[in-house]
Amino acid sequence: MLKSREDLDNIRSVYAKTLESQKAKILVCAGTGCVAGGSLVIYDRLKELMEQRNIPCSVELEKEVHHPTVGIKKSGCHGFCEIGPLIRIEPQGWLYVKVQEEDCEEIIDQTVLNGVHIERLAYQNDGEICKKQDDIPFYKRQTRHVLQHCGQIDATSINEYLAIGGYSAFEKALFEMTGDEIIHEITDSGLRGRGGGGFPVGRKWEQVRRQKEPQKYVVCNGDEGDPGAFMDRSIMEGDPHNVLEGMMIAGLCCGANQGYLYVRAEYPLAVSRLKAAIEQATEIGLLGDRILGTDFSFHLRINQGAGAFVCGEGSALTASIEGKRGMPRVKPPRTVEHGLFDKPTVLNNVETFANVSLIINNGIEWFQSIGPEKSPGTKAFALTGNIVNTGLIEVPMGTTLGEVIFDVGGGMRDGGKFKGVQIGGPSGGCLTEKDLDLPLDFDSLKKAGAMIGSGGLVVMDDKNCMVEVARFFMNFTQNESCGKCVPCREGTKRMLAILERIVSGQGVEGDIELLLELADTVSATSLCGLGKTAALPIVSTIKNFRSEYEAHIREKRCPAGACSKLKKIEIDAALCKGCTKCTKSCPVNAISGKVKDPFVIDQAKCIKCGACIPTCPFHAIREV
Amino acid sequence: MENTFDYETIDEIIEEFGPKASSVIAILQGVQEKYRYLPQEIFPYLVKRLGVSEASIYSVATFYENFSLEPKGKYVIKVCDGTACHVRRSIPILERLRSELKLSEDIKTTEDLNFTLETVSCLGACGLAPVLTVNDKVYPAMTPDKASQLLQQIKEELLNA
Repeated sequence: MLKSREDLDNIRSVYAKTLESQKAKILVCAGTGCVAGGSLVIYDRLKELMEQRNIPCSVELEKEVHHPTVGIKKSGCHGFCEIGPLIRIEPQGWLYVKVQEEDCEEIIDQTVLNGVHIERLAYQNDGEICKKQDDIPFYKRQTRHVLQHCGQIDATSINEYLAIGGYSAFEKALFEMTGDEIIHEITDSGLRGRGGGGFPVGRKWEQVRRQKEPQKYVVCNGDEGDPGAFMDRSIMEGDPHNVLEGMMIAGLCCGANQGYLYVRAEYPLAVSRLKAAIEQATEIGLLGDRILGTDFSFHLRINQGAGAFVCGEGSALTASIEGKRGMPRVKPPRTVEHGLFDKPTVLNNVETFANVSLIINNGIEWFQSIGPEKSPGTKAFALTGNIVNTGLIEVPMGTTLGEVIFDVGGGMRDGGKFKGVQIGGPSGGCLTEKDLDLPLDFDSLKKAGAMIGSGGLVVMDDKNCMVEVARFFMNFTQNESCGKCVPCREGTKRMLAILERIVSGQGVEGDIELLLELADTVSATSLCGLGKTAALPIVSTIKNFRSEYEAHIREKRCPAGACSKLKKIEIDAALCKGCTKCTKSCPVNAISGKVKDPFVIDQAKCIKCGACIPTCPFHAIREV
Repeated sequence: MENTFDYETIDEIIEEFGPKASSVIAILQGVQEKYRYLPQEIFPYLVKRLGVSEASIYSVATFYENFSLEPKGKYVIKVCDGTACHVRRSIPILERLRSELKLSEDIKTTEDLNFTLETVSCLGACGLAPVLTVNDKVYPAMTPDKASQLLQQIKEELLNA
């Protein structure tokens, strides 16, 4: 149990020494993506092989160094899940991709024992071998600060976090700074909340600090519900102690001694990593009463969500922690005055807390040197959809949309043509080709009618129908509407009904205007952010792709060919030889005809599954 | 019915999170993990133990998507229909599984209580889209055919068990 600052410094130097003594390190990615690809099997196999070959290996950093060992560790998510399972080899910094269990022997014998690089396991970019992570174009254009530890350190070990200087920002704040100084530092850095709104973090903390109430809380929002976003998941899995450290600093300067982490239940791995991190920190005395011999006490608890998107909203989230239905309430009073259990509460999201230790350690000037003046720092984005490199990225705020999609993301997948990108999830907007030069920061996006949201970027190509995308998001929002206020509950339902009508070819003249009118009303009168922003995908797709809506309504045609109800499959009588092959593939017996005469598809029966198309030897069947 | 229900298990769960109103969600999660759904017997019992009304516990149980008042299947398959999976065609996978299991949007669990088929908004594994999970194990880069194979594999496991 650490009792003083000296104790902490001592233990840190002890572990730093052991870390240094590990002559080689194998970091197996144990993020959700790589685990799904079998990385834990690989981890066990590597460990087993090293034991068989009597290679001294260490799973956890020990206090005493007896002899140099090979460290084998489970790291957090590298962010490039598509090429997983990933293994990082230190000290060379090599990255092996798509590693399989069968490759383990070669990795041990060649790389670990002889330091030989295995070319076939390296990432290849157009035939060029990228040995190191930073050689890969996907990483080259990124600036990883918040994600700097993800994939680089053992995510399950507090010892390793300490060894690389972890908790030094907390140490500095605790022993060298007053509460005002901490707030001053955060305020002057210009850090804005990464959860979507972009509210200045320092101002929020200051408001909580000012409250006279003796009981205050720090709450971390890990309810990353936007479909297509997983920045916070990766941070919680890959660098859990950094999140804890940010929360502890917030508690210290705001006068709170209890913190809550609210994590969605769909992230079981993040929950277990955070749980372990809290246990480790409590065990060595970085959490608990009278931390490091000071008067500061801080305790942390984890609450798991239960599948309600609306709980990402502040007042709904605190209601859920209190054990109630997660429904937003009217504001004011605001969370900083009457938050969790009606007490003053600091509520920030995971990525925001993960920035705190960086600012305390590196200073205001450093932070402000990254990104534009009004939105300094970096932002993590989840890059997904029909793009070559899907994954988690971090770039300076203000990087343009085009740079993100084409330089980091590698452009469109399967030769598709870039059509649009949905930013900020179901409550965000859609950006198109004309926005490729738009800098991604809070203010520029707001001006363009979108929002940064939590940072999901879903890239769409010419095969994605924008009306269908709007319907998809409205369906999501409608499902997740809590039902408390009428505009959102009924308005989303009506908007969804109209969109469903349009994509199934039943749209009528005037539907677009009706949608826009409803959108206006719902946005102006809903109680919380979910309703206020629910119509954004509709408004921005109509603004950018009005002709697609019109084609569905007037011509009963889907220009992208995505809406199945508007598809028609026909047999070209001139090409059909009546061979009967197609009839066997039809699951609903919609195709009939006389052998050797042209066959026909009964459109009333046809479910447009397209199963018949590839069966025709004469290419007579096609979608029209 | 009350005589046959094992309240000791429930007590253990209550002890873990503390018998207080703010633990309702955590306790219900614990119960659901154990039984794969919320048996109706627990409601009057939790009223006694936690001192909150049955209506308020029921309101929590019905508000959150993850709670089920109906028994779920031995294998819970969740097809991710988050944005990233959706644009990479997750719906054909869902449709294939629905037709093979003879389930629909309204009927989510097979009669033999072997399978429950649901959708989930996002599992955060977007890099591997489209994904599905079977009892929380993630299966990446799925196609309708791969999903059929997986289903066949599980059915064989069930037969051999």
